[in-house]
Parts: sequence; structure tokens; C-alpha cells
Amino acid sequence: MARIVTFSLIRFAAMVSKEFTQMRRDRVTFGMMVGIPLLQLILFGYAINSDPKNLPTAILDNDRSVFSRDMAMAMQNSSYFKFTQAIGTEAEADELLRLGRIQFVVTFPVNFGRDLARGDRPVVLLEADATDPSATSNAVSAIRQAATDAFTRDLTGPLIALRPANGPVELRLHARYNPEAVTQYNIVPGLMGVVLTMTLVIITSLAITRERERGTMENLLITPVRPVEVLLGKMLPYIVVGYIQMGLIIIAAMTLFKVPVIGSLPLLFLVSFPFIAANLGVGITFSTIAQNQLQAVQMSFFFFLPSILLSGFMFPFQGMPEWAQWIGSVLPLTHYLRVVRGIVLKGNTFVDIAPHMWPIGLFLFASLGLGIKRYRQTLD
Amino acid sequence: MNPSPPVIDVTGLTKVFGHKTVVDHLDMQVGRGEIYGFLGPNGSGKTTFIRMLCGLLRPDDGQGTCLGFDVRTQAELIKPHVGYMSQKFSLYDDMTVRENLDFISRMYGVANRSAAIDRTIGRMNLGRFRDQLAGTLSGGWKQRLALSACMIHEPQLLLLDEPTAGVDPMARRDFWDEVHKLAGEGITALISTHYMDEAERCHRLAYIAYGHLLATGTVAQVVAAEGLVTYEIAGPQLYGLIDRLRGLPGVEQVVAFGITLHVSGREADVLAHSLAPYAAPPLTLRQIPSNLEEVFISLMRKAVT
Ligand SMILES: Nc1ncnc2c1ncn2[C@@H]1O[C@H](COP(=O)(O)OP(=O)(O)O)[C@@H](O)[C@H]1O
Ligand SMILES: [Mg+2]
Repeated sequence: MARIVTFSLIRFAAMVSKEFTQMRRDRVTFGMMVGIPLLQLILFGYAINSDPKNLPTAILDNDRSVFSRDMAMAMQNSSYFKFTQAIGTEAEADELLRLGRIQFVVTFPVNFGRDLARGDRPVVLLEADATDPSATSNAVSAIRQAATDAFTRDLTGPLIALRPANGPVELRLHARYNPEAVTQYNIVPGLMGVVLTMTLVIITSLAITRERERGTMENLLITPVRPVEVLLGKMLPYIVVGYIQMGLIIIAAMTLFKVPVIGSLPLLFLVSFPFIAANLGVGITFSTIAQNQLQAVQMSFFFFLPSILLSGFMFPFQGMPEWAQWIGSVLPLTHYLRVVRGIVLKGNTFVDIAPHMWPIGLFLFASLGLGIKRYRQTLD
Repeated sequence: MNPSPPVIDVTGLTKVFGHKTVVDHLDMQVGRGEIYGFLGPNGSGKTTFIRMLCGLLRPDDGQGTCLGFDVRTQAELIKPHVGYMSQKFSLYDDMTVRENLDFISRMYGVANRSAAIDRTIGRMNLGRFRDQLAGTLSGGWKQRLALSACMIHEPQLLLLDEPTAGVDPMARRDFWDEVHKLAGEGITALISTHYMDEAERCHRLAYIAYGHLLATGTVAQVVAAEGLVTYEIAGPQLYGLIDRLRGLPGVEQVVAFGITLHVSGREADVLAHSLAPYAAPPLTLRQIPSNLEEVFISLMRKAVT
């Protein structure tokens, strides 16, 4: 078959420079691309409250008495906590928190039961991953309630005198990563992923649809240009746009909201590449399916809504029902949020975030592959 | 020396949209250096046919070659050598004349791009508009830009879909002079048009209606093949006559032509008999050669009935 499969850098470069020229002329769209991030930043600057349930919790029980088990049971019954693992050391607790596997670690001290029986009010330590304050805000009251529930039952009869007025145990909350529980600390880095998802998907979903609608597709298809050159040529300029948006949000996060950036910014920019490209892949795919620009925008919203609702941006991911977590796990935003929050708020290194990178990469190849497969070289 | 193989050589080319057969088993042979006119009423499938030739649409049936390459499987090899001008302006409105030409010439890998663009701009007199956005050009200048764009890579075959629609007579003449000059250099052109004077400037032409090929050949051949007889009636108050003439046996068309009426029909005897009463003063009656328009209208009527 005399089919030449080639990639021409000249044609690719021509596509890229054409897209840049048109982008430059389209002031409104360009303004939106810069304006939307800032607008959203201000809108979402307000806390989004929620009432999460079954947050994964690890238990470090140094006492192993009937009392510590009773209290753990009461905590579980509150349906706020869900014990996912029992651990033996403080180091293990640190590791699990840092990787975001669990939301809380509850530690019962040695002699918890003895102290309780003596009325010495033993200290129960609750360490929380406070990057998302909405997940931890109710933890203290939930655990206090659990302690009261557990021991008012146990401390009856002759032990009734042991019911201290201020509760049987002393609770100590140790909020990690975002000790002041500033909601913005969590929202603002997350917003970066949300803004990139929204603007990049919409804009690229219009890329080919617009050519079709304006009739310029006919002129493009008659040239020897190949699908890959068209698609990549249309994506590249928006990768640049994506990085500009990232830069804006990071500057705003640091200046307006004083979000402390603990991890490495170069690392963040580097690992954002597959995420940006994955979103462009989605947009490009929509663009090959949509019949007109309105449909393209509708499809983008269809993708954007689950992304914003089920990714862990709006509600703590661990607190969502299982089916929602399944859907969420497919979306690149879910993984990217963990990457961004991990780097910015926890100082995660590449090794720490690597587990979140491959789902994004997989999504990128799937969406891009679909887009290339769907791209028609004819008008019918 | 053998005559060179045809540039366009297709048989049975067919396109179906939904349940509608838009191009129905069309054959076409066009030789090198030929200017081939493509005529037919709106919606008859001209655009669709042209698009199938250059790989923009996939034929549902039929086969053939364009520039020696298979129209069904070798579109990639056809495209670099074809200059296609779409019916609707399809360059970028939000790019300047120069930017558009630059984009197109990069797409085709034109050598010495800058010089080629300057040459084209010069030849087409587009110099004044070089940095103007294409969307702001007037109709005629847009056509010129589109024509420049489809010739910048020096194609061997031009497929021009109503290239002069809405263009003033002067510009149309320039355009046709240009096409004839290119034909002299061995470039082939397939041009769809609704203008009869343009049809007459083609070496050969094809007339299609509703997807069917109704006539092909030189202007003289097409006219002769239809066997249409036409009379011219001159005199006062002709308009009152039109409706009366239309009802007469043998009369197929009555057209007001300036201060005369043209009456045509295919049955010469019946027509002559019907018109005999209109030869008396103040009217005059004489037989004239049928023109292309009358032939085409006759062809179209046949296609409908
Ligand atoms: N993409 C399409 N889908 C459905 N119908 C089409 C499409 N393109 C053209 N047609 C129909 O095919 C017929 C022929 O159209 P066209 O080739 O543009 O005719 P012409 O160029 O001779 O005016 C028209 O009835 C038109 O509505
Ligand atoms: Mg047409």
C-alpha cells in the first residue's frame, strides 16, 4: 500500500504557529483563560463544608486493655472513623499519613486503662491529616462523644465516682500538614487541578469543532497534513497556556492566600505535564465527536462535573461512597489533587507521588489514542 | 507519441448521504492541460463529486484514478498535487492574507516559501491587502486569495468549485485568462460554474443534474446532441405573448431575451407549425442557433420528468 506514514516537523510547526496566531487574535478567549483561574480562586476561596463519614483511621494501641478496645469500638460506631489498620510504631503512622493512605491515627498510651480507672484522665492522641480541614473539623467532637459513650457505660456502680465532669479522657488533636486548619491551604492547590481541567478541556474541545463549523476543516483536510500533526499541533499551544495558568495560581496562592509551599515547585511543574496533556487529550477527543461548538462545551461540562465532585476537591475522597470513589479513581484530577497537595502541603518527593502518576499517564494515552482514532481525514 | 494518460479517469463514482444518492455512478475522463467545465443546478452533486476526486469524501461505489493515483486508497498521494478551491471560503478569517498563504505553503512544503508567497501576492495583486485579515476582504478579493492559496504549491490539477461566484466581470475575465495560461503550461482544471459564458470558455464540459450525467463534450457537441430548435420572436408587446406561447404544442421553453423572445423545443416540425401564426407583422420570427442555457434548461427539464 502506497501510504506514506510520516511526521513532518514543518507541518507540525505550521499548525502550532497558526494556533498561536489565532489565539493571539481571539482576545476574549485569551482573557478567559487568564480570568477564569483568578475568578475561581476568589469564588472557591470560601470554605466548602461537608459532613464526611468513615474516614480511614489507623489505630496505635499501646495499652491493649478492655478500655482502649471499648473506646475504639465507640469511635467506629460513631461512623465518623473507620479503622483500616492497626499499627505498632509511631514511624508507621507518619508514613501512612504522609502518603495520604489514612486520614487519622489514634494513639492510646500505655496504662490507658489503669489511668482511666484511677480517674487520671489519660491522654488520647488524635493525629490528623489536616490538608483538607473539612475532613478533620468534626473529628474532635466525634471522638469526645465516643469517649463519653464508652465510659459512662463502663463506669457505673462503684466506679460512678470516676466520671469526671470534664470527660473521662483528655483528647489531644494534632493536626498535621495544615496545623491551623486553613481551608484555603487545601482548596487553593486543588484549584489548580480544577482550573486546568475546566479550561483546557473546553478550549481544546472547541479546537477541531470550530474548524468544522467555520468550514476551514475543508482547507485543512485537502492539504497533506496528517492527523497526528493536527492534533499535537493544536495541543502544544494549550500546554503553554496550562503552564501560564499554573504559574498564575501558584503566585496567587503564595501571595493572596499565603499558602506555604513546602515541596519542590520544579517537581510540581514537571509532573503537571502528563496531567495537562491528559486533559487536552480529553478535549481533543470530544472535539472529534461533537457536531458543533455547543455540543463540545456540553461534553466538556459532562466531564468537568464528576471531576470536580468526585475527585476529592469538593468532598474528602475517603469519605465518599465506594461507587463514587471508583469513578473518581478513573479521573486524572483525583490523582493530580493528591500530587499537588502532596507536593505543596506535605513536601512529597517524586517517589511519594509516583503511585498517582501512572493512572494519569494511562488516562493520557487512552484519551489521546481515542482522539487520533476518531479523527476523520474526510468530511463525511 | 502516445497521448498522455488522463489526469482524471473515474467510472461509476457514487456517493450516498443517508438514503439519498447524491452522485449516481458518474464517469469522467479529463486529459492533461484540459479545462473542463462542470455544470448543473444547485444540489446536483458537483461539490460532492469534486470532493470525492481529491479524497475529501470517500466514494460509496465506483473507482478510478486522479493524477494516476487511486481515488479510494491513495488520497495522501493525490493531495500534494491538487489545488482545491472550495465553494465556500475556507481559509482562516482571523489570519492575514500573508499568514494564510504562509500556513498553506508550509503545509505543502513549498520551497523558498517567502519568495513564492511574494510572487503569488504580486501576480494576484494582493499586495495592498497583505497584512489585512482575510475575513475583512471583500468577496472578490477573498476569491483571489483562495485561488492564490490553491496554486501556491504549483499543483498539476486544479479543482475549482464555483471559483467566480459573486465576482465582478473584470475579475472573472482575469481569472479565466489565468486559467488558460496555466492550461497552456500543462495544468489541468476542473471548474464548476453556473455562468454560461464561462462554460463556453471551457475546452469540454459535463452537465449533471440530481447526480446523473446528462451531457458531455465540447459546447458544440453538447448543443448539437440535444437537438433543440430555437426561434426568436421580435416585435411590440411581447410580454403578453409569453403565457400564450407556453401552452402551444411543441413549445418547451419561452424566455424573454432583451427585447425578443426565444422559443425552443425538440420537435422541430410541431414547433414550426405552432409558431407559424406569429410570423405576421408587427411580429417577426426567425430560427436561431440554440444557446447553452437553453440546452441546459432543456436537459434539466428532462431530468425532472
Ligand atoms: N455532508 C452531507 N450530508 C448530507 N447531505 C449532503 C452533504 N453534502 C451535500 N449533501 C447533499 O447532497 C446534494 C448535492 O450537494 P452538492 O454536491 O453540494 O451539490 P452542488 O455542488 O451541485 O450544488 C444536496 O442535496 C446536498 O444537500
Ligand atoms: Mg456546490
